[in-house]
Amino acid sequence: MEGFTGILLILLSSILVNNFVLSRILGICPFIGVSKRVETAVGMGLAVTFVMALASVICWIVQKAILDPLDIGYMQTIAFILVIAALVQLVEMALQKMVPSLYQALGIYLPLITTNCAVLGVAILNIDEGYNLIQTLVNGIGGALGFMLAIVLFAGIRERMEFAKIPEPLKDFPIALISSGLMSLAFLGFQGIV
Amino acid sequence: MLDAILWPLIALGGLGLVLGLGLAIASKIFEVKVDPKVEQVRELLPGANCGGCGFPGCDGLAKAVVSGEKDAGACVAISCDNLAAIGALLGVDTTPSEPNVARVRCHGDSENCISKYTYTGIHDCRAAAMLAGGPSACAFGCVGLLTCGKVCPFGAIYLSDKGIAAVDESLCTGCGRCEAICPKHVITVMPKSRRVFVACRTNEKGKAAAAICKAGCIACGLCAKKCPEGAITMKDNLPVIDYDKCTGCGVCASVCPKGSIAINDEKNANICAG
Repeated sequence: MEGFTGILLILLSSILVNNFVLSRILGICPFIGVSKRVETAVGMGLAVTFVMALASVICWIVQKAILDPLDIGYMQTIAFILVIAALVQLVEMALQKMVPSLYQALGIYLPLITTNCAVLGVAILNIDEGYNLIQTLVNGIGGALGFMLAIVLFAGIRERMEFAKIPEPLKDFPIALISSGLMSLAFLGFQGIV
Repeated sequence: MLDAILWPLIALGGLGLVLGLGLAIASKIFEVKVDPKVEQVRELLPGANCGGCGFPGCDGLAKAVVSGEKDAGACVAISCDNLAAIGALLGVDTTPSEPNVARVRCHGDSENCISKYTYTGIHDCRAAAMLAGGPSACAFGCVGLLTCGKVCPFGAIYLSDKGIAAVDESLCTGCGRCEAICPKHVITVMPKSRRVFVACRTNEKGKAAAAICKAGCIACGLCAKKCPEGAITMKDNLPVIDYDKCTGCGVCASVCPKGSIAINDEKNANICAG
């Protein structure tokens, strides 16, 4: 698993096989919350991509440069959350300035990327898997692209469901959970490729 | 021993400091200027986020008011003083909206209406209404589990001692939350100035309605016949009042053998007039 093939495998694995939302079931809150329209889903996906890619790299550096030399690996969770929270703040400020409409559409879910466990998940998994910096970056981007793929596909399904006749008690949230479960089953088909 | 505490402290504290400084610099770069008037108007609005104005919350209305899209009078819950203050702040005239009020269009309380079964499920009208149309024998009447009262941001809806929803009109602002959530559509938001309204929603024919509820409309049509203005027509076994013609004389309510037409004599003054 060295060189270019290894990188490609990590990318494929993080996007499809070990998709953060549909295989690892991480980051469900924004997945359900911001998937009502494809447009906002793409925006959310991009914001998460930015945070995830940057967070995995910075967290990797923090781990290797601060936590490991000082032998305080047990502080990993707190240190990583600190980095992620700061990054999300940065994204929030940048979006408010540059794309106010997207900032409005994402609403409360934007600051909630902080507690999006997919972001913390990818940061910790990078360390656990013993990836180097490039592999970390690829895994972070791949994981985020996988998240974006899942949320955009799901938003497409939900847009269509607006016009479907759904029994009253299943409307909105319950049907979203059911259809995301079915999507997760579909992604199970990628299992075993890598 | 001291090292075990000191190093994590320095490392995490240093990390926090660096990130904090970074954010402080970023906040200067990405600074967005917010119109201070929006904040001031927002302060003067009630802050109940009831949605009665048509915006998702008070913040939405505050923005629309400052940009001149909407009159602050669109707020259904604002006090006269605050409305005047907003007018003075923005230098515009404000006109209060016509006061609306939610009214319960059902008299099918425990004394009047018979019960079909004892409901012991989730304490929510929407859940109860799904179980064979609710515990009340009347398929059109109030379920009486006060889901409307739970969503009311002003605490204006209470359970009467006979077990149906009742509105305290002095607290109600007519925002319409209750109307939207009632599974039986028993609550209607209407102008406060309406003196009479039909307080029954049954589409049953006379005999069937009378068998279920003592206060139910039996579609006798007496109100329609006696109305001096000809404002009442019968539709689907219920009287319909044309409020363009209605003068609020109250004849319909006094001739109704079942008391299905409610008459309301509370002070109907405009909120900002008195």
